Order: sequence, then structure tokens, then C-alpha cells
Amino acid sequence: MAKTIGNYFDELRGTRVWRSVFRGGTGSSTLRRSLAIQQNVFLHLFSTKVRRRMVGLSATWYLGTLTFGTFLILVVTGILLMLYYHPSVPQAYADMKDLQFVVSSGLFLRNLHRWSAHAMVFLVFAHMFKVFYRGAYRPPREFNWVIGIILLLVTLFLSYTGYLLPWDQLAFWAITVGSNIASAVPLFGNKIHFLMLGGNLVNANALLRFYVLHCMILPLTAILFIAIHFWRIRKDGGLYAQQSEPKTLAARAAGSAAAKGAQ
Amino acid sequence: MTDPKDFIAGTDSNARKSPTRVVFVTRRTSAQVKVTDEDQLQTYPEVLFRAAVAIEVLGIVLVLISLLFNAPLEGLADPSHTPNPAKAPWYFLGLQEMLHYFPPVVAGVLIPTLVVIALVVIPYFNINVEAEGLFLKDRARRLRIFYAVAIGLSVFLLFFDVYVALVPTLVVAAVMLVAANSSPESSSAFRRYLASKPLSYWIMTWFLVVLFVLTAVGTFFRGPGWSWVWPWRS
Ligand code: HEM
Repeated sequence: MAKTIGNYFDELRGTRVWRSVFRGGTGSSTLRRSLAIQQNVFLHLFSTKVRRRMVGLSATWYLGTLTFGTFLILVVTGILLMLYYHPSVPQAYADMKDLQFVVSSGLFLRNLHRWSAHAMVFLVFAHMFKVFYRGAYRPPREFNWVIGIILLLVTLFLSYTGYLLPWDQLAFWAITVGSNIASAVPLFGNKIHFLMLGGNLVNANALLRFYVLHCMILPLTAILFIAIHFWRIRKDGGLYAQQSEPKTLAARAAGSAAAKGAQ
Repeated sequence: MTDPKDFIAGTDSNARKSPTRVVFVTRRTSAQVKVTDEDQLQTYPEVLFRAAVAIEVLGIVLVLISLLFNAPLEGLADPSHTPNPAKAPWYFLGLQEMLHYFPPVVAGVLIPTLVVIALVVIPYFNINVEAEGLFLKDRARRLRIFYAVAIGLSVFLLFFDVYVALVPTLVVAAVMLVAANSSPESSSAFRRYLASKPLSYWIMTWFLVVLFVLTAVGTFFRGPGWSWVWPWRS
């Protein structure tokens, strides 16, 4: 009988080298499949089993998963963009032009990073509302909801700091409008504004600060909190599977009883 | 001779509750299972596979968009030349729209801070956890509070000419009135649905609708000097 890709993969999983890397071992028994999750430093953030009805599209619309997907795309394209980008004035803008006209696939790379960033902001909001409307913030998940809010803010700051980096008119004035809001904070407004920009105006210092935030501090923060977010889902007993509004069921039952009585 | 054993023994452990539980089931009773385990899927490979497919579909869509549409790039940043209007990214345009009506401390600092605090505390209030239909209990008093809040908010928005927030507020208030006059026994499924919705649902929905309208207005209907423009008449 001809070997399938699956057979080759099983053979590969049986080799000494593979088994030295992945502690789960071979085989497709329930135990082995559980070990594949438990014995892996990344995968052990997740539970080994998930309720079937929470895997269907209607439960979560996969919005959290998709948010994570945009994040992955952004990390990969972002690192590639960093290879061509200098956070200095006016070189940053020249690098944008190079990406558009000189670097092969540079335009595509920049497009993908930009549109994925918009998609991530949209998806993170959508995910939040979906979680809310199915009532999944209930105890013991309160704190995972709070971590979610932190992730929402980190996502917004990531997008906002990235907005300045092309150093074109759009970037400059959007950040000027936004950073002026910081000055309105009572008492410390101007200090915060100065700290943010490294000056009183959006200038080369601001570009460098936003670059460090955008490429180092905020992505690391996001990774840290995403890891905690995923781990908490497992610790809190898996995805929330109860009826989202306890009253809905009762209301529905009462309603259908009333409808029957009317017949 | 000794009697035959009239019980069977078993052990089980649930590390979270007690390290070890021992059960004795006598002959005359039988063990009862109260909770049945739900049908579950293995994370590896079933769930991970589905997640991978979802992310791949997303990737394909984003690649197609990136092939078809170019990211904007305007002229070199020029501090001496202010574009009119200078717009923030789209997800902040709701905020920028508020800045048009209120001083920066209110629109830029107070409102966002309150929104974040409101979001954080949602799961810490029992009323949101129990989530009973808003008007199912104590209807008369809650209706009075609802009228006071809705009218107060509308007058406030009217006073500052914030029609873009006033209109969605009135729409949501109207739907809430329908909810107040519905009950779990209503004949229409939609009314039964509305009657079951708790306070947090209404506040969040109001927030969502206002946010959506403000963002859309800021994105499409604002031109030079933040004046109202019709996007199809440019
Ligand atoms: C970078 C941003 C985020 C990522 C990557 C992310 C990812 C995920 C994923 C993959 C899940 C699994 C189920 C699902 O897809 O719904 C999930 C669940 C959850 N998310 Fe997020 N999320 C993010 C932001 C947020 C935000 C902003 C909130 C809310 C304020 C939030 C609250 C929750 C909660 C409470 C759950 C548990 C739901 C349950 O137990 O059923 N997350 N998240």
C-alpha cells in the first residue's frame, strides 16, 4: 500500500531526533495527544480538550483566534520591515519610498503590515463585544476580561505608535492631533506630552521613542499578556459554555408554553 | 464463615477539592451520575487544526487586500503645513468627534478614562453576573430611573449640540421602552428576547451604537475645519 503523508509524519515523529525535541512521543492515543499539548512549553498554555460546541463557528466566531492571527502576521511582516527602516528624520520617509519602488515586494510587505494592523484593531473590538454578548466575562473569568482590556489598550497603542513611523504628512499630523490630547490631562498634561514625544513637538526624538515602543516594548507586552490570556482560559475551566443570559432560557420556555396555551 | 461484602469501594481524586475521595456504595443503592461530561475534542490535533485553518483563511484575505490596495503614503512630514482637516487614525475618530463638542479634558481625558474603568468593572458587579432582564423586577421604579437617565442624557447632548450622539441615544432608548413593555410571555420572539436583556446589555449596546456612529461620522462626514460634508458630494 502506498504511504500517505500521514504515515511519513508518523515515521518522522518516531525518529530519535524528533523525540529528543518534542517530549510528547509518538502515537495517536488520547494519552499521546494530551501529552503533545502538556509536554510543550507553548501548547501547554491550552487545555488538552475543548468542548465540542465551543469549537463551532457560532460560539466565538473565532474572533480571538483571528486577532491572534493578525498579530502573528504583524510580527513577521514587522520584522521584515525593520530590515529596511531607519527611525530617523528624514531617512524614515525615504525608506518608505524605497519600500515602494526599490525593494522587491516591499510595497506588498508594507501593505500587508498596514492592512493587518487595521484588521487587528477591528478584530480586537469585535472579539471584546462577542465575549461580552455571550456573557463570558462571568466569574471566574473576571480577571481574564481585565487582561483583555489591557490587550485592547496595548493593541491601540501599537497601532498608534506605528502610525507615526512612515513620517509622512498623514503620520505627522495624526500624531500631533493625538498627542495634544495628552496635554489636556490635569496637572501633569504637559509633562506627559513632553515625555511621550521627547520634546514639545513631534520631531526626530518622538520618532525614535515611538519606534522603540512600537518595535520592542509594546510587542513584548502584548506577547506577555496574550500568553497569560490563553493560560487563564485553561485555568478558568475552558471557554465559557453556559447559556449567556440565564433568563433567556426561562423566557423562551415560558414563551413557548404561552404559545402552546394559545392554540 | 464471614458475610459476603455488602459494599463496593472506589476512589477518585480531584486535586482542587480534596486530594482523594473514597466512595462506598452499598448493595441496596446504586451509584448515580449527576453530571455527564460533555462531548469534547482533543486540542491536538483537532482544535489546533481548526485554528490554523481560520488563521490561514484570514491570511489569504489579507494578502488579497494587500495585492489590490496600496497603503497610503502622503508627502514628507512638514510641520509648517497643516492639512485641513488633520485626522487621527479611524479608531480614534470617535474621540476626535467628541473633541469637536467638548473641551480636551472632557473629550480626550475624562471620557476615555471613564470608558476604560466602566469596561474593567463589568465582571465585578453581581447585577451583571446574574444578568436578569432589566424590567422584569421592580418595573415601576426602574422605569422611573430609566426615564430620568434617558431624558437627562438627551437634554445634556442637546445642550451641547451633540446630535450625532443624541440620535443613536434616542434610538436605543426607544428600543428599551419596547423592552419595558415586553415580558417573557410576549407572543413575539423578538420581544421575549428584549425582555430578557439585562442592564449591562443596554449600556454596552448604547456604547457600541454611539461609538459606531461617531466613528463613521468622523471618518466619512467631516471635512475642512471639521465641518459637515456629504461623502458622495466631494
Ligand atoms: C490581542 C488581543 C487578544 C487576543 C489575541 C485574544 C485571544 C483570545 C482567544 C484566542 C480566545 C479564545 C476564544 C475566543 O476566540 O473567543 C479568547 C478568549 C477570551 N478573551 Fe480574548 N483576546 C484578545 C483581547 C481580548 C479583549 C480586548 C477582551 C475583553 C475585554 C478579551 C476577553 C476574553 C475573555 C473573557 C475570553 C474567555 C472567553 C471564555 O471563557 O469563553 N480578550 N481571547
